[in-house]
Amino acid sequence: MQMESSSASSRVESFPIGLRVLVVDDDLTWLKILEKMLRKCSYDVTTCCKARAALDLLRERKDRFDIVISDVNMPDMDGFKLLEHVGLEMDLPVIMMSVDGETSRVMKGVQHGACDYLLKPIRMKELRNIWQHVYRKRVHEVKDMEFHDINDDIHILRSGFENFDDRLFMSTSEMISLRKRKDVDTRDFSDQDLYDSATVKKARVVWSVELHQKFVNAVDQIGFDKVGPKKILDLMNVPGLTRENIASHLQKYRMYLCRLQKQNEARDFTGNKQPDHSPEDHSVSLGIQNPRSSHHNGGGHKSQNIQGLEMIDDFQESELNKPDFLPVKDKKEDLHSQKANNSPLPGPPLQKGWHESVLLRQFMQYPKHDHEPFSLLEDHSHPTQTEEPLVSIISNEKEGTEFDIKPSVVNRKDCHMKIISTYEDDSVSTQVEHVNSKVFGAAYEHNKLVGSKEQQYEQSRVHDLIPPSIYLNTKNEIDLIALPEDLNLPYLQGIGCVENVGFNGMELHQYNSCASLTELQNNSYDEIELNCEYWYDPLEYPFLDECLFA
Amino acid sequence: MDYSDLRRQAAYMKKSLFDQGYLDEQFYQLEDLQDDVSPNFVEEVVTLFFKDSSRLLSNIEQALEKNSPDFQKLDSLTHQLKGSTSSIGALKVKNECTLLREYCNKENLDGCFRTFQKVKREHAILRQKLEAYFQLLRQIGPAEGASRPVI
Repeated sequence: MQMESSSASSRVESFPIGLRVLVVDDDLTWLKILEKMLRKCSYDVTTCCKARAALDLLRERKDRFDIVISDVNMPDMDGFKLLEHVGLEMDLPVIMMSVDGETSRVMKGVQHGACDYLLKPIRMKELRNIWQHVYRKRVHEVKDMEFHDINDDIHILRSGFENFDDRLFMSTSEMISLRKRKDVDTRDFSDQDLYDSATVKKARVVWSVELHQKFVNAVDQIGFDKVGPKKILDLMNVPGLTRENIASHLQKYRMYLCRLQKQNEARDFTGNKQPDHSPEDHSVSLGIQNPRSSHHNGGGHKSQNIQGLEMIDDFQESELNKPDFLPVKDKKEDLHSQKANNSPLPGPPLQKGWHESVLLRQFMQYPKHDHEPFSLLEDHSHPTQTEEPLVSIISNEKEGTEFDIKPSVVNRKDCHMKIISTYEDDSVSTQVEHVNSKVFGAAYEHNKLVGSKEQQYEQSRVHDLIPPSIYLNTKNEIDLIALPEDLNLPYLQGIGCVENVGFNGMELHQYNSCASLTELQNNSYDEIELNCEYWYDPLEYPFLDECLFA
Repeated sequence: MDYSDLRRQAAYMKKSLFDQGYLDEQFYQLEDLQDDVSPNFVEEVVTLFFKDSSRLLSNIEQALEKNSPDFQKLDSLTHQLKGSTSSIGALKVKNECTLLREYCNKENLDGCFRTFQKVKREHAILRQKLEAYFQLLRQIGPAEGASRPVI
């Protein structure tokens, strides 16, 4: 990329000369005129008469353009949509154009993230100044860094080290040193210095689908309400990614969600369940889990518990360690909007997408740590924990609905199991204080009864399997902390199962020598195809208490 | 050949186009863009415009002639045409387009028809005038045509 960097440097030196502009307009006459105008401004112009082609161009080489100018009305794609895409994926400034100057349109442009809205006929002098948008963006990114606390700086430096892209490292460290050189209070930058920093070629962050997915997961984990760029950054743990990248992306994401929310509010979203819905929701979820099951009612969570318990094994571990997931974009969007809409909970639900691939085969879900592969064997205790249970929402792809599933063993007062929310700030807590081995033991025993080939856990059976008395009995039972492996029950997200971290497959077998259990587990993995949502819902507590411990 | 005469003629032609409201400021912008790199820029753009707008006009005509005209589509097409006219500063055509759009929004088919005829007419007139103008310019020569007339 020598050519690239040399041209980049020359471009940088004579900014805004050679500003790389992409013009998108279906009107060929205007395209010609704009091209000419921009060329006269000494800009580097690429024209495109189709929005989709433009998007492909942008995606193909993320670093290829500095700014995009697009018409609002285009046949193949709405200009606003293109604007959104560019903003989210490429983080480039976008200028909208139209012959229509209605306030509502202009407002829409701004809402979608346009940095300017030009009315046709466009004068050349208006185009001459578009470089300010590129400049402004860079300057703000630099300034943004000034407000970093020392941790951020360290992080940046660290990521700079981690990142083998010298350019990036140089850029960020240059900027840091720039900041430190300057009197932050007076912000008295000399023009040249600011100019330099603003035009330093930062490696542009490409918000690929994977990266965006990571971002979204991080947001979900932290909790949409509590989210902040630093937290997201930490959770994402992407080398080279900076806080300001996240900050700007977050801003766009928020806008995007806001917009979706409005759309969804208009839509009749019947499958959207509130977290504090009635038990019927559970039954539905049960139904999802067991498509063939006809038992639908609030006892579903119990079955989940059983299932969860049974499903403790290596499989989950391996599944959990999978970094990939199947982003179901539309679903995700819907869920996001739903969450944005009706999340009375302190913690937001995890984004479904994260769990999709992992959960397809299991009920239980380990909360995702800060990008650590989740190991059942690890001690996942974290100092910060909440005491609320996670209520999982399982949504069936086919049905496209969400349901609440309450963790079956959730009662921090009665039960020794303390379930930790994963939505702790900046951390994923997976600690459960006590696990009563008897509970598990009993569960396993019961599972045996269920039958080795039993692939679906019907609610009635489940109910039988774990009568409340078991839980009550466990009050005075063995403290599992004394058990081998400092057992920390990871907080059960998916199916509402409580799971002991230490309870990997091996552990299980200690309690249940029956081979059928493994069989059961294996079968259940094959069987279950779920997309799990994790819904944080402390309101579920009282209900659970009633059901389980009545 | 008396170039000064031709030049005067061309200047007069252009002036009247502006005075009579056929063209607006945008046309000057195009002229300003013309340079050594693209010596026939204005004519090229104008040609492109008429090609594009003719297509749009026939589309609009088709849409109007349908049994149950799709006013939304009509509106969209008219909007496109309007945008196009703004590119060369075709003022009269643009104004008629605005009117046409209003009738479309009101779903006044009759009004649409009448206004559309006006659009077509203005479009044809402008085309004629500009063709004559450019023909004259070609006679004068590129250097002359590029400069703004001193009026």
